[in-house]
Amino acid sequence: MDIKLKIWRQKDRKSQGSFVDYYLTGVSRDMSFLEMIDYLNKKLIENGDEPVAYEHDCREGICGSCALYINGRPHGPGDLVTTCELRMIKFNDGDTIVIEPWRAKSFPVIKDLIADRNAFDKIMEAGGFVSVNTGSAPEANSIPVPKPDSDEAFDAAICIGCGACVAACKNSSAMLFVAAKVSHLALLPQGKAESGKRARAMIARMDELGFGSCTNTGACEAECPKGISLAHIARLNREFLKEGFRS
Amino acid sequence: MNSFLNESVGRKFLVGISGLFLIMFLTVHLAVNLFLIAGQEAYNMAAYFMASTPAIRVMEPLLAAGFLLHIAYSSVLTFTNQGTRPQKYALVDQSETSSWPSRNMFVLGFLILIFLVLHLSNFWYNMKFGEMTYIEYGGVEVQDAYSLVTGKFIIWWYAVIYVAGAVFLGLHLVHGFSSAFQTLGLSNKLWYRRLKLIGTIYAVIIAAGFAFIPLWFLFGNLFS
Amino acid sequence: MSKLVSNIPGGPLADKWSNHKNSVKLVSPANKAKLDIIVVGTGLSGSSAAATLAELGYNVKSFCFQDSPRRAHSVAAQGGINAAKNYKNDGDSVFRLFSDIIKGGDYRAREANVYRAAEVSNQSIDQMVAAGVPFAREYSGYLDNRSFGGVQVSRTFYARGQTGQQCLLGAYSGLIRQISRGKVTMYSRRDMLDIVVVDGKARGIITRNLLTGEIERHSAHAVVLASGGYGTIYYLSTLAVGSNATAAWAAHKKGALFSNPSFVQIHPTSLPQLNDYQAKLTLMSESLRNDGRIWVPKEKGDKRHPNEIDEDQRDYYLERRYPAFGNLVPRDVASRAAKERCDAGYGVGETGLSVYLDFSRALEKQGKKAIESKYGNLFDLYEKITGINPYKEPMRIYPAGHYTMGGLWVDYNLMTTIPGLFAIGEANFSDNGANRLGAGSLMQCAGDGYFILPVTIGDYLADEIKTPRISTDMPEFDKAEKDVVEKIQRLMAVNGTQTVTSFHKRLGRIMWDHCGMIRNEEGLKKAIDKITGLKEEFWKDVRIPGTVGELNQELEKAIKVSDFFELGRLMCQDAIDRKESCGAHFREESQTPDGEAQRIDSEYSYVAAWEYQGEGKDHILHKEELKFEDAKIQKRSYK
Repeated sequence: MDIKLKIWRQKDRKSQGSFVDYYLTGVSRDMSFLEMIDYLNKKLIENGDEPVAYEHDCREGICGSCALYINGRPHGPGDLVTTCELRMIKFNDGDTIVIEPWRAKSFPVIKDLIADRNAFDKIMEAGGFVSVNTGSAPEANSIPVPKPDSDEAFDAAICIGCGACVAACKNSSAMLFVAAKVSHLALLPQGKAESGKRARAMIARMDELGFGSCTNTGACEAECPKGISLAHIARLNREFLKEGFRS
Repeated sequence: MNSFLNESVGRKFLVGISGLFLIMFLTVHLAVNLFLIAGQEAYNMAAYFMASTPAIRVMEPLLAAGFLLHIAYSSVLTFTNQGTRPQKYALVDQSETSSWPSRNMFVLGFLILIFLVLHLSNFWYNMKFGEMTYIEYGGVEVQDAYSLVTGKFIIWWYAVIYVAGAVFLGLHLVHGFSSAFQTLGLSNKLWYRRLKLIGTIYAVIIAAGFAFIPLWFLFGNLFS
Repeated sequence: MSKLVSNIPGGPLADKWSNHKNSVKLVSPANKAKLDIIVVGTGLSGSSAAATLAELGYNVKSFCFQDSPRRAHSVAAQGGINAAKNYKNDGDSVFRLFSDIIKGGDYRAREANVYRAAEVSNQSIDQMVAAGVPFAREYSGYLDNRSFGGVQVSRTFYARGQTGQQCLLGAYSGLIRQISRGKVTMYSRRDMLDIVVVDGKARGIITRNLLTGEIERHSAHAVVLASGGYGTIYYLSTLAVGSNATAAWAAHKKGALFSNPSFVQIHPTSLPQLNDYQAKLTLMSESLRNDGRIWVPKEKGDKRHPNEIDEDQRDYYLERRYPAFGNLVPRDVASRAAKERCDAGYGVGETGLSVYLDFSRALEKQGKKAIESKYGNLFDLYEKITGINPYKEPMRIYPAGHYTMGGLWVDYNLMTTIPGLFAIGEANFSDNGANRLGAGSLMQCAGDGYFILPVTIGDYLADEIKTPRISTDMPEFDKAEKDVVEKIQRLMAVNGTQTVTSFHKRLGRIMWDHCGMIRNEEGLKKAIDKITGLKEEFWKDVRIPGTVGELNQELEKAIKVSDFFELGRLMCQDAIDRKESCGAHFREESQTPDGEAQRIDSEYSYVAAWEYQGEGKDHILHKEELKFEDAKIQKRSYK
C-alpha cells in the first residue's frame, strides 16, 4: 500500500523542528510500524538523505524504548500496544500518518522523534526502591505475601517506563508512572516500611521536574501499553496523604 | 501538614475535599429549592428555617471558604499545568481515551463561577441587603423569597441562564464527583467504576433538579 | 597455556566457594572510598554489580548505551530464574542444580564455577524478593515454582512471562538508589569503544557520547564488562536490536581471550520471519512447550489449514523421536529437530520455515481458563503480531538465535586474561558450557552481580589501594582515543552506497546458514571466505549519512557491524576447531548413526580460548582442560 507520512524533523535539542512530508510506496501489511519506518529510512539513506532518528530496542514491547505519537495518540491506534507492537494492518492504502515525538516540558526533544525521558530516572532516584543492601535479605519465604496483593503489585510493577502516560496526559503529568512504582512497593511487606516517605519524595520530585498534576481524566490508563490502572493512582494519593497528615 | 500543600497531590487534596463539601451543599440547596414546587408558604418557611437556624448560619462563611479554596487551588494547579507542554502536538485524538468534561473542568468551573456571580447578585444579595417584602405565617414574619425567585424565573432569558448553569454544573459533577474520591485516595479498581456510576447519577439528578425549577415556573407562567 | 590460570580454589567442590571467600583479601571501608570501578552495561548482572559495589563503598561509574539503565535487554527474559531452594520438596539441591547445568551444558563448563552459581542462586532469590520483585505466589502466600526447560524438578521462580523485567527492575532500583546517594555516577547513552590498558592492567575505557558524538575518557582501578551476548550477529535474533559485541570485542583486541565463541543457543520457540524488513524475531517463552505439542504434517508440502489435518496425519516428531522427554527436550535438540523437518520439506507456512505448536489437547483437558492463566500474555502477544488466535488454531514457530554461551574467558574470580578487567553475566563464558538450560541466564547474571564479583574483585583491588586515582592524561589514553577517532573517521570516509543494515543482514545470513544450528567444515570455511569478502565490501561501499558530532544512529550501527565481521570469522574458526558435536554446537561430521550429537570427550574436553593476533589474522588457540571430579559424565540422551 502507499501512504503519506508527516514526520517531525528536528536537528537537535536547540533547533526549531518542523513537519516534513514523505510519500512511501510499497508498504506491506505484514510490516510492523517500525519496520515501515526502517523501510523509509533505507530509502532516505540510499537517496543521500538523513534517516529519521527514533528510539527502539527490544521490539517486543518490554524495554519501553519506542515512543512515537501517531495520529494524535501515544503508540498510535489500538489498545495495550507499544509502538513496536503496532502493525501496519491497522492502516489503509492512501492514509496520512502524522508522527510526532512525545511532547512535554520535562521530555525535551533531542532529535527528530526522540524525546529525552531522563526525568523518569530522576523521579525514581527520589525513592523508587526498597532500601535493602545486598546480603541483608531474609529467607525469601520467611514473609508470606497474600496472593491478591502480590498479583496487584505485579500489575503495577509491569510499567515499562515508556512515558505514554505523560504523552497522553493533557497536563503532562507523570502520576501513573509514579503510582505504578509507589503502589507496587506499597502492596508488598518488603516495600511498605518506606511507602509514605517514598510517595511524598517521588511526588515532590515529579513536581520539581516540571510534570503537571493529575486531573483524573483517565487518558493515561487508556493509553498505557501495559494497562496500568488508575486505582494505583488512588493508592499513591492515599500513601501520600497518610504521610502528609502524619508529618 | 503545611509543607504537603507545596506538593501537587496536597493541593489536589484541597480541591477534592472542598469539592466534596460543595457537593454536600448542593444537595441541601436543591432540596430547599424543591420547596418552590410545593408553593409559596412552604418555600418561604424553608428559606426562613435556613436563614434563622444558628447551626446553618455558621455554615455560610465555611461555604464561602470552600468555594474560595476550590477556586483558588484549582486555578493554581491549572495554571501550573498550562506550562507543562510548551510545544503542542499537531494532532491530538483523545476522543476514545478521556471524556470531554474531564478535560474541561476549569472551563466548566469558570462558567459556573460566572453563573454564581449572577446568581448571588440576583438572590443572595437581595435577600441579605435588598428591599424585601415580608409575609406573616402563623405569627412569624418571614421574607417572601418565593416571589423574588419566581419573579425571575418567569423571564425567559433568566430561565435559560439558570438551565445553562445547571447543565454546566452537571457536567462539572459528572467528572468531579468520582475525581474527588480518587484524589482523596478513596477508590480502587472496583469502587472507581461504582463511583463513576454514582457520580453520573448524582450529576444528572442535580442538573435536572436545578433546571426543572425555572422551567416549571417559566412554562407554568406561559400556559397559565 | 600459561595464559590460562583458572585459579580454582582447592578443597572439595562444595567447600570451594566458602574457602575462597574466607581467604580472599579484603579492602577496608576507608580504602574502598578511594577506589574507582567502571561497570559497562546495566542488565541484571551490571546493575546488580554496580549497586552492590557502591553499597560496599567503592566509587562506581556505570555505563549503558540506552537512555536509561532500566532498558537493558535482561528486561526481555521471559520464563524464569532457577534456584535450588527445594520449596517443592521434590528432591532438589545445590548439587542437583549443579549437575543439571553441567549435563545441560554437555560437559563443557567449569565445574567449580557452575557449583558456585548453583550455590548462590538461593541468595539471589532472597535478595530479589527483599528488593520487591513480585515473583508468582501460591494462595498460601508463599513463592511458587514451576518446572522449566528439560529438568525433572520444579525450581524455577517466575513473574508471569516477564521474569526478566521484574528481576532487572529490582536490580535497577538498587542501582538508582546508589545513584541518588552519589556512589554511582550514571553515564547513559554511551557506547564503550575501547579499553585502556596501562602497564598490563585495565585502567579505563573510551566511550562515545551518543548525543554529542564526543569521544570521552574514563578511568578506574578496575573495569567490569557486563555487556551481554553477541546473538545479534545473526541480524535476526531474539535479542534487542541494539545488543552488540563491541565492548567485549574491544577487550578481546586488547588481550582478553575469547572463549567458545561458536557456542550459540538457538531458541526453538520464536515466531517465524514474516517479511524482509523484519528487524528481529519475537521469542515465545519456552514454557509453552509444557503444554503445547509440536508437529508437522506427515505429508510433504501439505498446505491445508492445520485444523483440517487429522490427528493421524500429524507427525509429533519430538514425541516420536524422544519418547522420554517429548516436547520438553532441551532447546538445542528441539531446534535441530525443527530445522531437520523443515529442511526435509515438511515445514509449514508460506516459506515452509516453521512448525506447529498446538494447544488443542491442553485446552481440551485443562480448559481455556487454566491455559489463559498460564500463557495468557504470550497468546495475546502471538495474536497481536500474527493476527491468529492460538486458542483456535496452532501457533507457528521456528528457531532463532538467542543466547551466546561463549564470551570472554574468565578465571574463578571472573577476571579476564587482562588483570583488572572482569566479565560477568552473558559477556563471560563460564557457567553454561555448550548449552544453557532454561531459566539459567537470570540465575547466572544475578549470582555474578550480587554475590560473586563483589567478593572476588576485592581480592584484586586489595593490591591497588596505594594506586592513586588514575589520570586520563596518560599516553595509553591518548593512543586509545586516537584509535577510536581514526576508526570512526575511516568509516565516515567510505561514503559508499549501501546501508549498514544491508551488510548486517547479509552477514547474518552467512552466519545462520553456516554457523547456526548445524555446521560442517566445508560450510564453515566457505563462511570465512564470504565474511572476508563482505567485510572488504563493507569498508568500500558502506554509506553512513550525517556527521560524527551528533546523534547518528547509522554510525552507531556501523561500528557494531564492523566488529561483527571479525567476531563472525572467529566463531567459524572455533566451530572448525571443535570437530565434535556438543550442546548447541552440532557438527554434521560428528553424529551417531541415528543422527544425534556425538560428543568426543577424549579430544575436546576443553575450553577453547582464542587470542587475537591482529586484524584479518587467524587467532591462536589456548586450551583450558576441563576436569570432572564430581559430576558424573553421561551421554546426554533425552530418548
